[in-house]
Amino acid sequence: MQVPAPFEYERATSVDQAIGLLERLGGSARLVAGGHSLLPMMKLRLANFEYLIDINDLHTELGYIRLSDDEVRIGAMTRHRELLESDVLADVFPIFADAEKVIADPVVRNRGTLGGSLCQADPSEDLSAVCTTLDASCVIRGPGGSERLVTMEQFYVGPYETAVADNEILTEIRIPRKNLPVGSAYAKVERRAGDWAVVSAGAAVWLDGGRIRDARVGLAAVGPNTTGLPEISAALRGHEPDESLYELAGAIAARSCDPVTDSRGSAGYKRHLADELTRRTLRKAVERARS
Amino acid sequence: MSTTQDAKLTEFDDNDQKPIGFGRMLRKEDARLLRGRGRFVDDVQLPGMLHLAILRSPFAHATIVSIDTSAAEASPGVKAVVTGETLKGLGLAWMPTLSNDVQAVLATDKVRFQGQEVAFVVAEDRYQARDALELIDVEYDVLDPVIDVRKALEPDAPIIRTDLEGKTNNHVFDWETGDEAETDRVFASADVIVTEDIVYPRVHPAPMETCGSVADFDPVEGKLKLWSTTQAPHAHRTLYAIVAGIPEHKIQVIAPDIGGGFGNKVPIYPGYVHSIVGSIVTGKPVKWMEDRSENLISTGFARDYIMRAEIAATNEGKILAIRTNVLADHGAFNGTAAPVKYPAGFFGVFTGSYDLQAAHCKMTAVYTNKAPGGVAYACSFRITEAVYLVERIVDVLAYELQMDPAELRLKNFIQPEQFPYTTKTGWVYDSGNYEPTMRLAMEMAGYDELRKEQAEKRARGELMGIGISFFTEAVGAGPRKNMDILGLGMADGCELRVHPTGKAVVRLSVKTQGQGHETTFAQIIAEELGIPPADIDVVHGDTDNTPFGLGTYGSRSTPVSGAAAALVARKVRDKAKLIASAMLEVSVADLDWVKGSFQVKGDPGMSVTIQDIAFRAHGAGDLPDGVEGGLEAQICYNPSNLTYPHGAYICVVDVDPGTAEVKVRRFIAVDDCGTRINPMIIEGQVHGGLTDGVGMALMEMISFDEDGNCLGASLMDYLLPTALEVPDWETGFTVTPSPHHPIGAKGVGESATVGSPPAIVNAVVDALKPFGVRHADMPLTPSRVWDAMRGQATPPI
Ligand SMILES: Cc1cc2nc3c(=O)[nH]c(=O)nc-3n(C[C@H](O)[C@H](O)[C@H](O)COP(=O)(O)OP(=O)(O)OC[C@H]3O[C@@H](n4cnc5c(N)ncnc54)[C@H](O)[C@@H]3O)c2cc1C
Repeated sequence: MQVPAPFEYERATSVDQAIGLLERLGGSARLVAGGHSLLPMMKLRLANFEYLIDINDLHTELGYIRLSDDEVRIGAMTRHRELLESDVLADVFPIFADAEKVIADPVVRNRGTLGGSLCQADPSEDLSAVCTTLDASCVIRGPGGSERLVTMEQFYVGPYETAVADNEILTEIRIPRKNLPVGSAYAKVERRAGDWAVVSAGAAVWLDGGRIRDARVGLAAVGPNTTGLPEISAALRGHEPDESLYELAGAIAARSCDPVTDSRGSAGYKRHLADELTRRTLRKAVERARS
Repeated sequence: MSTTQDAKLTEFDDNDQKPIGFGRMLRKEDARLLRGRGRFVDDVQLPGMLHLAILRSPFAHATIVSIDTSAAEASPGVKAVVTGETLKGLGLAWMPTLSNDVQAVLATDKVRFQGQEVAFVVAEDRYQARDALELIDVEYDVLDPVIDVRKALEPDAPIIRTDLEGKTNNHVFDWETGDEAETDRVFASADVIVTEDIVYPRVHPAPMETCGSVADFDPVEGKLKLWSTTQAPHAHRTLYAIVAGIPEHKIQVIAPDIGGGFGNKVPIYPGYVHSIVGSIVTGKPVKWMEDRSENLISTGFARDYIMRAEIAATNEGKILAIRTNVLADHGAFNGTAAPVKYPAGFFGVFTGSYDLQAAHCKMTAVYTNKAPGGVAYACSFRITEAVYLVERIVDVLAYELQMDPAELRLKNFIQPEQFPYTTKTGWVYDSGNYEPTMRLAMEMAGYDELRKEQAEKRARGELMGIGISFFTEAVGAGPRKNMDILGLGMADGCELRVHPTGKAVVRLSVKTQGQGHETTFAQIIAEELGIPPADIDVVHGDTDNTPFGLGTYGSRSTPVSGAAAALVARKVRDKAKLIASAMLEVSVADLDWVKGSFQVKGDPGMSVTIQDIAFRAHGAGDLPDGVEGGLEAQICYNPSNLTYPHGAYICVVDVDPGTAEVKVRRFIAVDDCGTRINPMIIEGQVHGGLTDGVGMALMEMISFDEDGNCLGASLMDYLLPTALEVPDWETGFTVTPSPHHPIGAKGVGESATVGSPPAIVNAVVDALKPFGVRHADMPLTPSRVWDAMRGQATPPI
């Protein structure tokens, strides 16, 4: 049995009370949501914190999926399983269900949260790639009820590093609907079910008539953070979707990413996958946008 | 000889009709295990018990300059901190391995692999013990490690085993088998010679339960009680007596329920010894339970053979000879678990199931700065490597000859009339009838249709592969004239006692780690005595309560102990017959045994059951002259030969041409393990082994970076297959009994682990044929398959 170093533990009763605790305890404290990223690191003693503030009781406050005409809002404590099983979400953004089907296993999905996934900022994290693909922005709350809104690009500062300060909490994700027919899809290559991605890709396409009004591709496991590819968006906008366009997008993805060779695969292979999966997800996203 | 497909699950409906003897029945032990009522080592709680944690080396190769334990000693709850220096004072710093080498119990001079034991802490709870490890200050002087096995013998390679007097290199042993000159001669006259470099990478048994022990030394009685995760309690007890100097009768080793072994629990690990020392030093019971990472980085690995295979054949596909050269990585200490006269285990069966004119193998084993071991990981002592070698090179030959791999195998099988068959490396295969097994597998697979489907798919650019392997195993070690472990002959005892009411207890020297012994052995006794399995208690795993024997590994339980159980039951039956003759007042010659009772010949109405006889044996009234009271017997069985199960496996895979992902679509396994005791248990063993095979073929590997850091130190990094990676197994069987085993049974525990990796690899390579791929090494991860598709396949090490 792997055991963490000693720590103190407290259950938060509200978002603002949790922020109060963070404010008081500073960098020696950490929030624990699902715990599926934090606790393994603590058990391996790769991370040691003096205080854990458990925010699972905030699920009532921060666990939700809300649709309005112009955006989707998802609370940070929404669990993987809730994202996987939400019909309303699958209706607008099936990319979530695609991704959730290949994230970890049911045990992890029952506990792990959207907020924890994003704040972990693991370069291979799937939901970060999904949020990047969907052009989401993040609501970050700090002391005194202050709130700020940041884009995914601003949210990620580096591997395992985000814009959330020691005394702040990520409370919500907002995804614009852009008032257009939209299709989205996610694909992942893994060595085994439940493994982290060798490479994964998400794509979202907004159609206007027969043409692409906007398109976005997000990749995981091929750079320091999950990566959005504006060059692909630029290349696709205004065109009628077809195979040659997907090919072009794939080629951009392969050349724009920055993978490293590791036990999951060689850099060359990962670059190839960036291409292959970009094409596959774009194709699927367009198919879905049309239907 | 009978052939048929295994039953489908629906046939379990009549499971209430339990057989009295052989047949399908649920496992007796499962009621306990499935309800969480099993008792594993970590469930053992003793009053006042302390907990032990081990400090391990972060480096692969480093001199220990100093160790400061003062802060750890002052840490809350800590009762003892022990280093190599402390053990040196007790003469316990080193211990023998199973291969006549020595291994450090705690490092004294230097550390030789990452994860090696450097010190241990005993504290009131396991958290305190673990926290105190952080406070031990070890100063290391880091040395260059030997990680690349191919460079281990280079003249300037750092010397790992400076502890061995006069050691000037990293050489462990050279070993040879077969006839080199004759093999060269046959090769020189062959039409076709094919050579391939084949690597079987280092893998780990990774049992669900990690290793651990609870030691309780009673200073008044001088008696040591040790609960430990061991596959061989008796052999371990003898070794502890030798190592620790405690008299053997004062040591009780108890292997309670064990959560999987696969060879991982054959060796004695330093941690077991630590718990004993910890208990002696503190006067309290001490528990040690390693965590997952410790298990993966420090306990017995398996395989790690770099092989060059060569095969010689005629243009028509008659295989003439096989030769091979092997470089074996044994890690920092030679801890291989194998009979001493077999340093390469039973690798000599690399001649496979084929009738050859010559064969030869040359092997060199070396030390590297990696964990020691080389254990039987469900490999029947290195047969996994041997079968992989021959089944891969035969496929390479088929590729070169443009022959169908099934046809090539059928053409070269040893024929039924040739058994007992002596191979060119000296193994005497007891029995076999290969062609029907192969034909059944092909029929179950629909082989011809599969080839048709493959051709159509290839025309469309889809990648589908069909892989075959045909294996012969050598299990049930073994005849004591050649086989021993550290001088202990590989025979097994068995004791049987029938109680007055006709219930019985059988005591075994082997020990299940999940194989179902409590059921299988009850069924063997039931078959021989006609007592229902439910009425037979199987006792095992406790050295104070069972006869001596060498334990469970290498699929030896049924071939050796199973034979002992059958023979001890027959001994009891012989005695029962004498009593029956007195009860029925007829001569012994006038009695017939009809399972469960003796009947007077020609008068079936006149009979006594084994239960009646048992009561009489313990009851009032005289027994026949010379017959003692009671109904019991004991035996020590020395097998006259190994048993040689065989099987034909066919695997169908689909490879995604865009991502290079491999999907195992179908797997057909036809096993012949001789007489089948409980077909359900056999299927379970086969399912597990096949799953293992998928793991090794597609994802498992313990690898190291150039500094010697183990890259497979958690189950996030060392991948084990899940239900999602395996197909619905299709099993079938043929029955070719062993001629020398009392019930004709052969071992089956490891067959599927041995036979499946080559079938899967052969299938993947076959799928990649359109790219001109002839060979690719395991593990066939998507990235490595993609490399192979582009003609850039590389060995994994
Ligand atoms: C076996 C296994 C397999 C996995 N496989 C995958 C996979 O394939 N793909 C994948 O994407 N993920 C995978 N994961 C990770 C899993 O999805 C985690 O649940 C997730 O990454 C973290 O969510 P959590 O709620 O558990 O976060 P926690 O572990 O509780 O927290 C993670 C970090 O985020 C911080 N944090 C949490 N919530 C907030 C918040 N609201 N505001 C600010 N900071 C916060 C914590 O302080 C901590 O630093 C796997 C995990 C396991 C154990």
